[in-house]
Amino acid sequence: MPLGPGHPLPLDVVGDIEPDVWVCEHAVTLGGGAAAHIGRTTPLSDQGRCLRGEFPGKLRRGVSTGTPRSRGVRFGIALAALALATAAGCGNAASSSGPVTLNWYIFPEFSGAFVKSAASCSQASNGAYQIKIQTLPNAADGQRQQMVRRLAANDSSLDILGLDVTWTPEFAEAGWITPWPQDLAQKVEDGTLQSMVDTATWNHRLYSAPFNTNTQLLWYRKDLVPNPPKTWAQMIAMATALAKQGKPHYIEIQGAQYEGYTVWFNTLVNSAGGQIVSDDGRRVTLNHSAAMALNTIHALANSPAVDPSLANQMEDQTRLQFEAGRAAFELNYPYVYPSAKADVPDIFKNMAWTVYPTVKPGEPTHVTIGGIDLAVGAFSKHKQQAFDAIQCLRSPQNEIQNAVLGGLPPVLESVYSDPKFQKVYPMWKAIFDTLKQASVRPKTPAYQSVSLQISYTLSPPSSVSAKDLGTLRGRIEDAINSKGLVPGDCSRR
Amino acid sequence: MKLGAVADAGQAISAGRPGRRPVTERARAERRLAWMLCAPAVAVMALVAVYPIVYAIYLSFQRYDLRFPDDKSWVGIDNYTTILSSTDLWWQAFGITVLITVVSVAIELVLGMAVAIVMHRAIFGRGVIRTAVLVPYGIVTVAAAFSWQYAWTPGTGYLAGLLLSTSAPLTHQWQAVAIIILAEVWKTTPFMALLLLAGLSLVPEELLRAAKVDGATAWQRFWSVMVPVMKPAILVALLFRTLDAFRIFDNIYILTQGSQNTRSVSILNYDQLFTALNLGVGSAMSVLIFIATGFIAFAYIKGFGAAAPGQELKQ
Repeated sequence: MPLGPGHPLPLDVVGDIEPDVWVCEHAVTLGGGAAAHIGRTTPLSDQGRCLRGEFPGKLRRGVSTGTPRSRGVRFGIALAALALATAAGCGNAASSSGPVTLNWYIFPEFSGAFVKSAASCSQASNGAYQIKIQTLPNAADGQRQQMVRRLAANDSSLDILGLDVTWTPEFAEAGWITPWPQDLAQKVEDGTLQSMVDTATWNHRLYSAPFNTNTQLLWYRKDLVPNPPKTWAQMIAMATALAKQGKPHYIEIQGAQYEGYTVWFNTLVNSAGGQIVSDDGRRVTLNHSAAMALNTIHALANSPAVDPSLANQMEDQTRLQFEAGRAAFELNYPYVYPSAKADVPDIFKNMAWTVYPTVKPGEPTHVTIGGIDLAVGAFSKHKQQAFDAIQCLRSPQNEIQNAVLGGLPPVLESVYSDPKFQKVYPMWKAIFDTLKQASVRPKTPAYQSVSLQISYTLSPPSSVSAKDLGTLRGRIEDAINSKGLVPGDCSRR
Repeated sequence: MKLGAVADAGQAISAGRPGRRPVTERARAERRLAWMLCAPAVAVMALVAVYPIVYAIYLSFQRYDLRFPDDKSWVGIDNYTTILSSTDLWWQAFGITVLITVVSVAIELVLGMAVAIVMHRAIFGRGVIRTAVLVPYGIVTVAAAFSWQYAWTPGTGYLAGLLLSTSAPLTHQWQAVAIIILAEVWKTTPFMALLLLAGLSLVPEELLRAAKVDGATAWQRFWSVMVPVMKPAILVALLFRTLDAFRIFDNIYILTQGSQNTRSVSILNYDQLFTALNLGVGSAMSVLIFIATGFIAFAYIKGFGAAAPGQELKQ
């Protein structure tokens, strides 16, 4: 599994500390007429409502729920609270049973950004729900299996699911996730990166809400490469020339037999103007553009530019080779930048980035998009609250928080112009430009099998040629039709 | 001893065989009671063993993919032909599984016998020796596999450096297979030794002394006296270990994940069921593995002939 958006960035940026905020403490009158103080609080911007008695309570100075928040965040939460209060029927969700618990199954996020947004959203829901994080295994494979096993058994405790961008078609077709209602879907789609919306859509319906994203850039050494290459051919030529001069020259890319290799192939095919499977996921659509992709892999794997261990390289090995000073180019996710800064200052000062090289000169490149989408479980007993919670979790404020604390690139276009995000991601412009033209991995419920067949058939990269196209087509077709055996994922170790 | 108990029970049943005397009312009532006492166990077995097996066979004739619930249909023996015609995956995995099974069980038998004799002959510290030998068997396989994995990973492990090659041994097919076999042998030799020790205690001391008086060498005493007497115990030990080794999963899952063509049939089956969510093909593969293990058991019973437990009763 590639180090997608789930990979935390070792960043040292933290949110600014805010002074105490005002909270509105209120007692809620229960059905029987008895007043019970349940300790609910309302954030600052509801001060007015509190004072006016709209919330039956008294105003006092308090401390916000642990999260240092900016004014914008507070305002956003208040807005969300307001919206949720409306959605949940004027905020009277607090019944004698208290808020419902929403289980949020998500990959382990180590910065604590998700814990914070879960807490603030729970609070902003005014007692409508309480989000409980259920941490999934580290490896994507393990995450998928855990959710699949529970969903196959109709488990009603899965309310909010953090899905990898490739899982929406699978979970949707299997009937494990709930499509978003039209009106809410429209709200989610507005202002969200189109490629991410594509990953969340299946059979023309939005099944999940994009949560965060990621994509690869071309990293290169300024001291070796004055002008970055625009195409693969140029890059291979430059690296070959460097090899002749005896300088560091490797082009680092993921060529091991695992999903990262599929990502590379998908980028090449899409950049050559093709697609691996049709939009409905029912047909294989590999054509001459796939042949071009195979020829590009062949050209790199059999040139002096190639790292001899290409067939074993995953994201982290490529990062280490670049940091060891053996490479001139590296195609990888933005996490390599802070990593080099911390590990190898000498290399870091010559490290530059640009957009991924193209396959066809003059045509834009379509880099494979990664990320996480949030969906509502099909068997959940609290779907309405789950939809509300997801909207809160992906609010602009929380998206910024995830980027600043956790290094997760946001899916909302507006956030890219936020100075706080730009400070964390100096390469934000290249990322944004790449994301605007990004490609989606083969959209089919059988993606897992398709990906395994691609990386299996095209391994090792040095023996790849356009002649493999027939075999590849047959195997992908088998995968789509649940025929044939899949080779299994060998990247787990 | 377990085997003795089984034999006693067998004799008890055969003693009550009809034919010689008409069945008395009392015998009939006892038989009824016996069935009633067995019934709960039979019901539980049917529930946890028979039902899943039958269901797996039923699924194996269908296209049933969890990802495409609407496309469920009967496909006859398509799933079986798909598997059996897959040389690069199924037969490759089958070959590796057989190799691991044969080599590891052979080494375990020899080592296990040696350890059993040591345990049997130890005069002092018997308890300590027996306990010490059992330690590897007591460690959870997955935990042990992880320690092997780290030991063989360059940089973190102490074993990787022992080899001349500088690269990671777990990334080369034959080295990885050798490491898997080593981990298996280390882990299950104590089990083999324990079963053989039980067999050793069946050998009467007088028989060995008599052989000694007749001038038999140590090897002759072992090969011509001990081994024949121990045959049932050896059969049980080999049978258990072969069946276990053929279904090897956890060691490979941790050590290589099946990369570099080191996957066993169980790993391949897991990939079909849990990664591809393809219940049809996956069930067909489980049925094939079930048939293979059944065949192994059958071959052992046939091969060992009269030595198989329960056989002597019929003669």
